[in-house]
Amino acid sequence: MKTLRILLWGAVLIACGLFGLFGYQLTQPRDEFVQSALVGQEIPPFDLPPATEARPGLSSADLADGSPKLLNVFASWCVPCAAEAPQLEALERSGAQIVAVAIRDRPEDVDRFLELYGNPFTRIGKDDISEVQLAIGSSGVPETFVIAGDGTITYQHIGDIRPEHVPQLLEELRKAGA
Amino acid sequence: MRLFWTALLITLCAMPVAAQDTLPPAPYAYQQLEDPAQEESARVLMETLRCLKCQSQSIADSDAPMAGDMRHQVRSRIQAGESPDQVRDWLVERYGDYVSYDPKVSATTWPLFAVPVILLLFGGLMFWRRVGRKGDKV
Repeated sequence: MKTLRILLWGAVLIACGLFGLFGYQLTQPRDEFVQSALVGQEIPPFDLPPATEARPGLSSADLADGSPKLLNVFASWCVPCAAEAPQLEALERSGAQIVAVAIRDRPEDVDRFLELYGNPFTRIGKDDISEVQLAIGSSGVPETFVIAGDGTITYQHIGDIRPEHVPQLLEELRKAGA
Repeated sequence: MRLFWTALLITLCAMPVAAQDTLPPAPYAYQQLEDPAQEESARVLMETLRCLKCQSQSIADSDAPMAGDMRHQVRSRIQAGESPDQVRDWLVERYGDYVSYDPKVSATTWPLFAVPVILLLFGGLMFWRRVGRKGDKV
């Protein structure tokens, strides 16, 4: 009978522990970001046509040309993408090479977006069915990847780039060999 | 009355804020595969894949453009002869186990499978102790 009692108290303790854990998790902010599992691996092969007449398209070969780059996944219909434009501009001024993929976008909309918010990109690929976005493990716009000169994905920034993120992205670029 | 017409005019002039793209969906986002058997295996698979935009829905349930693009990937890969497991693995390689609603036993998920067995054993033990003892006395 004594062991039974101990077992029952054990069950009560486990239940209390579980409810404590639930309570703790409920007070924690939710992390809705889905990290790409491809960080640390080579970028999958792709070849996208240009999203605007102003810039050439983008292929995986362009990302493995020896110099590290930022790969910005954006869309003209995405509001935070406009909000991060000044930060991309600042990154470009600091010497970052930035290429982009425009998700589900029309050339005229991309042109208007670039005219309004600036064009820090050297290449912009057109991804109408999110195939490259899915291939690199990105789950939304905007996202920014750091790609080393050999085409390896070394870092992923999810969401818009705020001013406080600029130094970190530059640091990640430096680590990738810039 | 003038107020009514003004209100009506304002309503008609209101433009929805463009928070989504205006591009048509990918070819296989809403179109079934020609081969019913392939479509069936694609459908079963899509019901167990998480929509990344609307994370509590499967891509079969969601009308988010990204879910449509994911359905297109699933259907065109199945059509090209890949098995549902290969397509699932392709997505798990990119998004981790989170993208799949069909959990596999791994270093992080084993408690999911172990806890029910342990609880059942514990319950069985309790039952045997109580009922078994009483049975002895009669």
